[in-house]
Amino acid sequence: MDTLLQVLLDGMLNGLVYALVAAGLCLIWGVMDVINFAHGEYLMIAMYVSYWLGFLAKVDPLLSVIAAAAFIFLLGVLTYKLIIRYTIGKSPLAALLATFGLAMFLKNFCLNRFSPNFLILSDTWLGDKTFQAGGLIIPLPQLVAGVLSLAVIVLVYALINATRFGWAVQATAMDRDAAELMGINTERIYILIFGIGGACVGVAGGIMPSYLAVHPEVGSLFGLIAFVCVAMGGFGSIPGALLAGLLVGVTEALAGFYIAPVFKYIAVFGLYLAVVFLRPKGILGW
Amino acid sequence: MRRKALDKKDVIWLGFVALLALLPLAPVVAANSFHMHVVILILLFASMSQAWNIIGGYCGQVSFGHSVFFGIGAYGAGMAVVTYGGAPWPGILIGVLLAAAIAVVISYPCFKLSGHYFAIATFAIVEIFNRSFMVWDWVGGAMGLDYPLVKEGLKNLMWYDTKTGYYYCALILFLLIFSVVRWLEGHRFGYYMRAVREGQETAESLGVNSTAVKLAAMALSAALSALCGAFFAQYNLRVDTPMVMSLDMSMKFVLITILGGSGTLVGPLLGAAVLIPLQEYTRAFWGGLGGGVDLIIFGLLIILMVVKQPAGMIGIIGDMHRRFFKHKGIAKGDSADGSP
Repeated sequence: MDTLLQVLLDGMLNGLVYALVAAGLCLIWGVMDVINFAHGEYLMIAMYVSYWLGFLAKVDPLLSVIAAAAFIFLLGVLTYKLIIRYTIGKSPLAALLATFGLAMFLKNFCLNRFSPNFLILSDTWLGDKTFQAGGLIIPLPQLVAGVLSLAVIVLVYALINATRFGWAVQATAMDRDAAELMGINTERIYILIFGIGGACVGVAGGIMPSYLAVHPEVGSLFGLIAFVCVAMGGFGSIPGALLAGLLVGVTEALAGFYIAPVFKYIAVFGLYLAVVFLRPKGILGW
Repeated sequence: MRRKALDKKDVIWLGFVALLALLPLAPVVAANSFHMHVVILILLFASMSQAWNIIGGYCGQVSFGHSVFFGIGAYGAGMAVVTYGGAPWPGILIGVLLAAAIAVVISYPCFKLSGHYFAIATFAIVEIFNRSFMVWDWVGGAMGLDYPLVKEGLKNLMWYDTKTGYYYCALILFLLIFSVVRWLEGHRFGYYMRAVREGQETAESLGVNSTAVKLAAMALSAALSALCGAFFAQYNLRVDTPMVMSLDMSMKFVLITILGGSGTLVGPLLGAAVLIPLQEYTRAFWGGLGGGVDLIIFGLLIILMVVKQPAGMIGIIGDMHRRFFKHKGIAKGDSADGSP
């Protein structure tokens, strides 16, 4: 029983981080109908930012989160300005292919600059610390990452649903031309949404080096899982992404523990297929 | 509806193929095996992308799952030679049939999904196949299949001394797949596919069974992809999952077709003729510096091409055509946004 609870807990903590990565993607996807293929690479860059701040300037990942989020916000804005802007309103595949090129560029740029080696940050505040609660072993870095992720998701959800800016975003998502006629600067909304979507993944990537090694391929899998979470949760729905993130995390942990580690992701992708075959628009989609 | 056996377009195509058939006689190409290698890859990737074009371009179902079929073809040939120590031909046949069967089975539920849900389902399928094959010992697992040295010739579909044998095989493959698509363009089924792409409901209301059309197009596309996979295995003399059955391989099918011009006969050839030399020569010039300089440049070029002309190279040619023939009143904007 304790083992099952432990596995579930580990799965959920991981799932919260997946949910945050997915929430960033979900925001971009929901508002602009753009699949950002470089989303996983954003995560990787954020991890490198946090790693190098920790390695060179001895800044703890817990503080680097802010720098990483800001950096990826700028990267998102830059991506929009230089690439996405030209693909809006054209074939829906254009943005996907252009961001695939961007992902290839970013991944190999990091490979070139930082080598393919796994980089591990030692001596962090949270690193390897655990505490016990009612027979469960709770790893501190994962717990902090999970709680932080949940907090950011709630914050983004509130931003979209309870502020004037959020209403403008929703209006733009529904009908760009109509929103434009109502006096909303939709270009600015697009820029900010790409930045905020990037910042979400920046927070996740900023905290991760306190328990995960950094290498150029780290983002690819997270990016794929984020696609799966967003589609499983339902198009553009942040609560859906949260739910799907938790489901994916728990499935991954259960399959990894009770079947075999190699079946982790087979189970996760199988779960996506099972969900969309039953509900073609995702769990909370319509 | 009968049409003339050959129209002007076909004569140009046949002339082009005849030119390709004579290419190994040209000393510039034949004497340099690297140039030969690049030309073989262009033909192979043009054929693969043309196979994808059937379902992705003409029928409008953008699948990122074609490396599954490509991989099954490659494993079919590879296992016939490596695991069972025979000629590749029975393995190729089994691979092609199996790919078509699997395509029908997995596409049937996927076709109920729309837009991005469909695209991501095909990603998920590639990942499931990729990870399963990696741990499946019967198909070689993570080690992959390494070809033994056997006698060269058509029986074993293997050549060592020169690449000319491979070249003619690639040319036959190219001719086969392009002829199939050329034939489809004028055939009733080709019109059904385009009708489904342009509007499934409208097509249905006119009596087209859209599910049957999509499944048939997918099966054909998968079978032809598997054939290309088998050739790739024979050419590479090695089959492993990350190479033949990965998302990167799937992206190549899509990238070449879209950048060339999807839903057109020349698009895949244009795409392959530009992207493959870029990929191979950047690798040859900068790959040696280590650390992916070739892929950095390749990534930037993809971005540049998509941003400049999302309709692909066929769009660029269309623009140039319009610019030069403006005074003759060529119709505007007919193919510039032909993508699905």
